[in-house]
Amino acid sequence: MDFAFTEEHEELRQTVRRFLENKSPEAAVRRWMETERGYDEDVWLEMAGQMGLQGLIVPEAQGGAGLGPVELAIVMEEMGRVLFCAPYLSSAVLAARALLEAASEEAKAELLPRIASGEIVATLAFTEKQALWDPELVRTEAVRRGDSWSIDGVKDYVLDGHVAHVLLVVARTDDGLGLFRVEGEAEGLRRTLLPTLDLTRKLARCQFSKTPAVRIDRDGDLAKALERTVAHTLVALSAEQVGGAQRCLEMSTDYAKTRIQFGRPIGSFQAIKHKCADMLVEVEFARSAAYHAAFRAAEGDENELLTASAMAKSYCSEAYFRAAAETIQIHGGMGFTWEHPAHLYFKRAKSSALLFGDPVFHREKLADRLGI
Amino acid sequence: MAPQRTMSEEELRERVRALLDEAHPDEVDQFTFRGAQFDHGLAWVHFPEGLGGLGLSPKMQAVVNDELRKHAKRVYEDLMVNPIGIGMGAPTLLAYGPEELKKPLLRRIFTGEDIWCQLFSEPGAGSDVAGLATRAVRDGDDWIVNGQKVWTTLAHVAKWGMLLARTNPDVPKHEGLSYFLLDMKSPGVEVRPLYQITGEAEFNEVFLNDVRIPHRYMLGKEGEGWKVAITTLMNERTALGGGSSRKGGGPIAVLVQLWQERGRDSLSPARRAVLRDHITQLYIESELLRLTALRARAAQKSGHPGPEGSVGKLAQAELYKRIWECGLDVLGAEGLVYEAGYERRRPTGFGRGDALSLAKYQFLRSRANSIEGGTSEVMRNILGERVLGLPQEPRVDKGVPWKDVPRSG
Repeated sequence: MDFAFTEEHEELRQTVRRFLENKSPEAAVRRWMETERGYDEDVWLEMAGQMGLQGLIVPEAQGGAGLGPVELAIVMEEMGRVLFCAPYLSSAVLAARALLEAASEEAKAELLPRIASGEIVATLAFTEKQALWDPELVRTEAVRRGDSWSIDGVKDYVLDGHVAHVLLVVARTDDGLGLFRVEGEAEGLRRTLLPTLDLTRKLARCQFSKTPAVRIDRDGDLAKALERTVAHTLVALSAEQVGGAQRCLEMSTDYAKTRIQFGRPIGSFQAIKHKCADMLVEVEFARSAAYHAAFRAAEGDENELLTASAMAKSYCSEAYFRAAAETIQIHGGMGFTWEHPAHLYFKRAKSSALLFGDPVFHREKLADRLGI
Repeated sequence: MAPQRTMSEEELRERVRALLDEAHPDEVDQFTFRGAQFDHGLAWVHFPEGLGGLGLSPKMQAVVNDELRKHAKRVYEDLMVNPIGIGMGAPTLLAYGPEELKKPLLRRIFTGEDIWCQLFSEPGAGSDVAGLATRAVRDGDDWIVNGQKVWTTLAHVAKWGMLLARTNPDVPKHEGLSYFLLDMKSPGVEVRPLYQITGEAEFNEVFLNDVRIPHRYMLGKEGEGWKVAITTLMNERTALGGGSSRKGGGPIAVLVQLWQERGRDSLSPARRAVLRDHITQLYIESELLRLTALRARAAQKSGHPGPEGSVGKLAQAELYKRIWECGLDVLGAEGLVYEAGYERRRPTGFGRGDALSLAKYQFLRSRANSIEGGTSEVMRNILGERVLGLPQEPRVDKGVPWKDVPRSG
């Protein structure tokens, strides 16, 4: 059944929205994004303690809420609205999902409760120079020494890699791909914060040199598990993009109602009105794409998940970017200033479009799947 | 409309089976079958009993259609004979028609015996429908109508026309209109084909010279024509913006088929990559059009309809144009040839041909998608003003008697 949101869903949305409006106004976003850490630890812990959001998709047995992709989409959409600065995507979505899909029971039992409580930030160190989320391209190597492992290589574009307490590292071994746990403070790990286009989402380069690691993958096809992990993350990110796009539409229409030029509100001119109408159409389409993907993901059919997530990431990326770009245009000179939030959305939009593969990349995958 | 009653799906399926027992489409002609369907209340289940319905929720119609599709496939083939009557005439008649006309006319609309057309647009009033100039003057029990209508789909085969005419030129434009049912065989009605970009004449010009319409054929009250017309227009836009109900269906299915059969393997790698990406984009948007319509339906059901319902008409028109443009790009030089030819045709229904000729025909026909039933520019105004709450453009004709407003043609 498509789009069957419940009253509980609506309640979740309202609760999260209130929390974020309270804790993450624009001034806070600007303050956090200027710091190297990139987020406020008190708010992070409050979010875990009061709201349990870091454990949203973590099973109840491991201290989480045991909810699924639909609830996660709702939370992400709200975070996207306010450009919430936190390692949520990296820790509560990407790393948690990677553990759920690919890790041994032991590793899950050890790490998931700590992710859920907000005690640790975890992230997945997957991509390298090419930034494509493709196991084939992994060159980082893990070597076994007796009972322990060590890792050599460079991971790039690691989400919140500079602050993560635990890195889940994808590396090659003699017997194929492996997933490894590396402590953030491990010896032989050098982490460099990248000067990112989008200040509200931090990326790091992580260099491993004989860095001690623990192998945590379970039996099964790790490449497939990582593919599902990324697909689930795309679903969540698409919802975040919808939230951002919707906020851009609201900013634009609010401004167009009040800004007077030539004796009229600019929203009464068709040139502006029609831009807003086109944005509305695209935002509604993006919403359909993201919600559809979330419900498909919740059903657990892998085929549907891969198709719907590729569609959603591709469309939501472009819709968000166009909405953010038009927001600058509609605000005129003011939209081009540092003081106005339009550039924050614009940067987030383009960065999110490039993260986890750009729209063309996902359309190519989709075309393969559909036989186009 | 009568308050909704409830009926189980199973009970409704029973009724369809009873209909099929009584008049199976393999045994009777289409008119007879569809007449029986109407009499059983299975034409529009949300219409009142006796008027082709059972007073059920509109979503229950899916149960009927599903059952008929399974057991009487052929019934669906002729559904498009009377699109305007079924899609727009019936709901307008139900809402505003004189009681004694409702039952006989609704039944003949549904069977397809009476084709309907819509006489709104004029040469001087296209998007500005309410600015129209066709005059109706009261003469005893009749109205005498003079004027010219245009873009009238199927007027050449229509029995009834939904006519909007000016009955008072001394008040502002929206207040001086009245809505009539016009018997298209009346003396003084002249229908001339209007040949289009495709070479065919699905549209017409309709000239009205001293045409008499009995007063009892007025829908709604005198001067309330605009209110009635809104019902017709809203139903038109809903009908025009739903996309395909099937995953991957509709125009995108034709494009993908063309691509697979005629394009894909003969192209250079670069060209192939570019077109493939474009087709995949169009595929995604087709899916999202369908999913957005589903969302709109879900929102309607839950009683919280949002903006998702209003975007369909605009999105579909613009998307379909791009799909068919891409169809010709896929064909390349083959697109130089137009097999169907520009033979002057007067279609009496819709739907034609294999993927290749359909693509070429639709490449031309789809240009009308963003004009008919409200241009894309008008639709953007509506979205901007009614959904997003943006201020209206200053209107020079606001509050001005219609006769004092400047107009073209």
